Amino acid sequence: MLPNVAIVGIGRTSFNSITPDMSYKELMFDAAVKAYNEAGVDPRKDIDSFVCCSEDFLEGTSIFDEYVPDQLGAALKPVHTICADGLYGLIAAYMQICTGAIDTVAIEAHSKLSNLLTPDWCIAFAMDPILNRPLAHNPYFIAGMEMNRYLYQSGNSKEQCAQVSAKNKRSALNNPVAAYGAEVTPDQVMSSEVVFYPLSRLDMSPPADGAVVVVLASGRKAKMLSSKPIWIKGVGWCSDTPSLETRNWGEAAYARLAAEMAYKMAGIKNPGKEIDLAEIDDTFSYKELQHLEALGLCRRGEAALLVTEGATQRGGEIAVNLSGGSLGIGHLAEASGLERVAEVTLQLRGEAGKGQVSHAKIGLAQCWQGIPSASGAVVILTNQG
Amino acid sequence: MGRVAVVGAGITKFMHRSEETGKELAWEAAKMALDSCELNLEDIESVVLGSAPDAFDGVHMKGEYLADGAGAWRKPYMRGYVGGGTGVFVGAQGWYHVASGLFDTCLVVAEEKMSSCLPHPQGAFLTIFDHTLERPLGPNLIWIFALEMNRYMHRYGITKEEIALVSVKNKRNALDHPCAQLGAEITVQDVLDSEVMVWPVNRLDVSPTSDGAAAIVLASENVARRITDKPVWIEGVGWSLDSAYWTNRDLYYPRYVECAARMAYQMAGIREPRKEINVVEPYDPFSYKELHHLEGLLLCGKGEAARLTADGVTARDGDLPCCPSGGALGVGNAIAATGLMKICEIFWQLRGEAGKRQVPGKPRRGLAQAWGDLMQVGTVVIMGV
Repeated sequence: MLPNVAIVGIGRTSFNSITPDMSYKELMFDAAVKAYNEAGVDPRKDIDSFVCCSEDFLEGTSIFDEYVPDQLGAALKPVHTICADGLYGLIAAYMQICTGAIDTVAIEAHSKLSNLLTPDWCIAFAMDPILNRPLAHNPYFIAGMEMNRYLYQSGNSKEQCAQVSAKNKRSALNNPVAAYGAEVTPDQVMSSEVVFYPLSRLDMSPPADGAVVVVLASGRKAKMLSSKPIWIKGVGWCSDTPSLETRNWGEAAYARLAAEMAYKMAGIKNPGKEIDLAEIDDTFSYKELQHLEALGLCRRGEAALLVTEGATQRGGEIAVNLSGGSLGIGHLAEASGLERVAEVTLQLRGEAGKGQVSHAKIGLAQCWQGIPSASGAVVILTNQG
Repeated sequence: MGRVAVVGAGITKFMHRSEETGKELAWEAAKMALDSCELNLEDIESVVLGSAPDAFDGVHMKGEYLADGAGAWRKPYMRGYVGGGTGVFVGAQGWYHVASGLFDTCLVVAEEKMSSCLPHPQGAFLTIFDHTLERPLGPNLIWIFALEMNRYMHRYGITKEEIALVSVKNKRNALDHPCAQLGAEITVQDVLDSEVMVWPVNRLDVSPTSDGAAAIVLASENVARRITDKPVWIEGVGWSLDSAYWTNRDLYYPRYVECAARMAYQMAGIREPRKEINVVEPYDPFSYKELHHLEGLLLCGKGEAARLTADGVTARDGDLPCCPSGGALGVGNAIAATGLMKICEIFWQLRGEAGKRQVPGKPRRGLAQAWGDLMQVGTVVIMGV
């Protein structure tokens, strides 16, 4: 039996396509102050450990963790980076608390993607330097090929992917922090420029800047700090092969295996029935469908049907990406997964405002590490103590 | 908190390795570690990777790229990162994977390939400096360590001859290490006569850049006892990150190392480190750093480390053997791999398996430490039998 660990504070900036008035340090500070305030903690005294999530190349600075302690109140404290999405950082923090040696941890992730002049060619550096990079393709061709393969294997259509984009962008209109809320029809998505066939411009989540900070605490501490602690019931993460040539492009095996681990830990037998809401990776519209199936929230090939029937909307069987997801909020680099945790937390607390679903007890947050990786993580949260 | 043991260790030859990719280096060390405890990948439940800046290899999300080499295919896999302190930090990260109760086994791999950074990894180090305040000056990494060495020497009246003794000792120790890059029989005069890089740092005061990998296998108490009758327990871990503003602190003393050490000592129940630690592997990328770190680790009084070295206390047959492996100065400084090499060395020393490098007197407790970022982070792992 693992110890109880809960989210006791979240803080985030609003998300914007550009933030010329704020440095990444100021974005982090803004989110951290809000999270500490909500948890009622002083980072210098009350937080035992800090986890930051960043990738050097996206920051334009090597050994980026050098620049994180000051604005988090973390100088001369245990701080380390996880080179992955913020959801991995949350899991690292969870494990630290489970050891019993640490009581409270703050997790930070941010995006300052607007600083990148050539983001595609930055991602190109993630390609295998011997086998793939010499081809000098824009790495997003992988998303196009993967979408094509997924649609072929699942029998879903491009129109159904377009419905995902339309749904998420519309949901984002209810989210005060989202950057790309819009009333868009599936037809408009379909007729937007094809960028990496069959992927169209509006099937892709546009980048946004911002920061998210989450404070975790052990069971005993959490009850002292928060009247509405949101408990971590299960965590899972997994890396499939990094090799483009040998992976199964149709199925997100990393998500399936990560979910199996998290469900086992949380004692979830029938995820489609037991999980009330999910904030899952929708970096590209087809990814939401592919992930829904991999996470076992519906049967293979049926994700699009759920979307068409409105089952993933508010009031449906399982609410998916009510926040607007990455398509509506904006893609937040390493902060994407942590923002999904924040959205699930707000829903489970009943603080999600216009987007609030009723009677939600169990929520799921999921991340994918992005092109060209086949890695991702899953966290199950609940408001039932 | 569950007890965690190191049950196996592996290491590659440290040198310029043009023929192997980083993936191959990682697998060579991982395979040796698995073979040493007669396990295979099916027995491994989780994998942790350590590697320093992506800029060395020029691979964005280097952890994703190295995943299969590190043995992480379809497993929970996470990359931790604290610059130069990474190699010892991943020992702590592996510890919390197992001590949390989530996993019974964890493979910890550290890989570094610096030779692919042409003409010299110093070019990559240029990108660790603050982009606004420092990078325009084109600072070289050796500059800032020269400032620190100078401050340290001035504060205590320590001479270059006393510091050179560390290079002489470590390079001699490395002659007995089959994986070492720069084992040598040299004199203090040789160090002083070598080229001045940035005063007061001479060429032979500096560790060589290198390619290499190291790995350890961790197991929970019950599983460890089934795997081996000679488990080496992780008794304490600590890490601490100081402010990014290194120009604002007095460089004579590494407070962050002291904070990390105190965290680890407390966890290990150590009250008098000088009496209770039998063998130590402090990080020695520069000769003065071994002295600096011995003081930060509270293994001698402030300003006393040079005296200990001159008296032979830190020699392999002294009272407090220090870098019996040959350290970064002798074995080579493949950043993250060197940190984990130090944990491997303590493992072999405590098991009495260090061969010609074995320190006398059956040591019962050892400490490995690394350091990095902008003279900013300390990481400590304490092991015992």
